[in-house]
Amino acid sequence: MALLELHDVSTYYGSIQALKGISLTVDKGEIVTLIGSNGAGKSTTLRTISGLLRPRSGTVTLEGKDISGKPAHEITALGVAQSPEGRRIFGRLTVRENLEMGAYGRTETDLTADFDRVFELFPRLKERVDQKGGTLSGGEQQMLAIGRALMAKPRILLLDEPSMGLAPILVELIFKIIRDINTQGTTVLLVEQNALVALSVAHRGYVLQTGSIVLADSAKALASNEMVRKAYLGEG
Amino acid sequence: MIALIALGYTLVYGIIELINFAHGDLFMLGTFVSLTVVGAFGFSTLFGASTTTPAVLAIVVALVASVVFCGVLNVAIERIAYRRLRHAPRLAPLISAIGMSFILVNIGQVWKGPSSQGFPTLIPDFDILRDVFGMQTLVQLNFKEIFVVGIAVPLMIGLTLFIRRTKIGKAMRAVAQDREMAGLVGINVDQVISFTFLLGGMLAGAAGLIYGLFNENTVFNLGFSAGLKAFTAAVLGGIGNVTGAMLGGFVLGLIGALTVQYVGARWEQVLVFSVLVIILVFRPLGLLGEEV
Ligand SMILES: Nc1ncnc2c1ncn2[C@@H]1O[C@H](COP(=O)(O)OP(=O)(O)OP(=O)(O)O)[C@@H](O)[C@H]1O
Ligand SMILES: [Mg+2]
Repeated sequence: MALLELHDVSTYYGSIQALKGISLTVDKGEIVTLIGSNGAGKSTTLRTISGLLRPRSGTVTLEGKDISGKPAHEITALGVAQSPEGRRIFGRLTVRENLEMGAYGRTETDLTADFDRVFELFPRLKERVDQKGGTLSGGEQQMLAIGRALMAKPRILLLDEPSMGLAPILVELIFKIIRDINTQGTTVLLVEQNALVALSVAHRGYVLQTGSIVLADSAKALASNEMVRKAYLGEG
Repeated sequence: MIALIALGYTLVYGIIELINFAHGDLFMLGTFVSLTVVGAFGFSTLFGASTTTPAVLAIVVALVASVVFCGVLNVAIERIAYRRLRHAPRLAPLISAIGMSFILVNIGQVWKGPSSQGFPTLIPDFDILRDVFGMQTLVQLNFKEIFVVGIAVPLMIGLTLFIRRTKIGKAMRAVAQDREMAGLVGINVDQVISFTFLLGGMLAGAAGLIYGLFNENTVFNLGFSAGLKAFTAAVLGGIGNVTGAMLGGFVLGLIGALTVQYVGARWEQVLVFSVLVIILVFRPLGLLGEEV
């Protein structure tokens, strides 16, 4: 059974249909990427999974359990954590407090091991634990957003454009860390406009175009697919 | 005391950006509950101190009753009047808040009638320096004032620490900064907002009792002027900012007292609001700016 499955999901903003019946699956242990250009509906997909938006029709299931329409905090408690587009750091909370908030829905009180894990992945955050989140650089904020999501000990990590606005060298670092997180056992659904890097770390991928999935294949096959190369890899 | 009411405003505003107009009237109902409880203990304005129960007990019970009553009522008000309007345009919850304010005023009027209600004297009023230490000074140190400050200051320090240190306090700040993201990290936003109203209401309840004990009277439309002053204090300090609300309350109280002493009571409001206008011209976000 797939860890996460979307079946024929349609989501609307008022009367505007942003997702036109999309279906996708993510298996345990995978990195799956969802690529597509601006306004394709990538963020809408993640927001629907996380419960920030309600699908008007279709279902979202987590290990076979229907989670569509549940409030966001319940879905997080079930093991779905998101690092959203634009990072959304709590700017007036410290780095440590941001990370604590990431673990809000958990019942354990001893988070030492989780802090250690995040600091091991992102040593830079450790140096800045008592700094206000809003004073971090863009790259550091992205690290904090991912770290905060990891504090929930998620079964699946949703990442919305982690490369956005970062220098190439930082993008490389972040994606190396995403691969590490995956190797350590966390399943990842990665949304990216930067198809090249996304396909280089993912096992499988889906291509989203104006609210519909138009292609689904292994990352390798997609990377050499004519249409993908033309539309998203800047060739042609 | 104004600072206590201001805190309630600022907490709620900080979290959901709603100016809860009903807050002052909630405080008024707090004075009424306190009065009723104290009365039930056999204290009344006519007979003075009761012989059977010590004043301390009456004060404690009245405090608990008023705090619980206002806290719970405020949570109910949020459920009924504000929650469904959270995604509506800003004006809608504001109007709902004004409506709530009218309702509470009317409840107060029906409950105790339109005339001013006297509170029995439960805390003695004497000058500590003169009466206890036998000093002859121009400075007065009233027991009553000490009593009020003695309750208010620890309460505020406690509240600040609570918001800074506890898990739910941090969640309140997270909700204030980014409600949607707060949901994404697993915070039950509705619950945190309810809790904020509970806390704000409890502060109003405590303020109600303190007001009654200090001023020894209350009236059904007390909430309007008290609410206005508290709101001013909150704006003065920087609305949404807890420390600011306290600071604003004290500054306002100080200005008021000094005016009464040296200029004349008639000028109190004029001076208080002039200071507000002057400060806002130079510091539009208030003395300390907005930060929860
Ligand atoms: N709050 C909103 N109200 C109305 N329409 C919206 C809203 N948010 C997104 N949309 C529309 O829904 C569609 C999908 O948006 P979405 O944010 O999911 O795209 P995206 O693939 O994440 O794009 P990007 O790469 O720019 O982040 C777009 O046409 C967008 O205009
Ligand atoms: Mg997006």
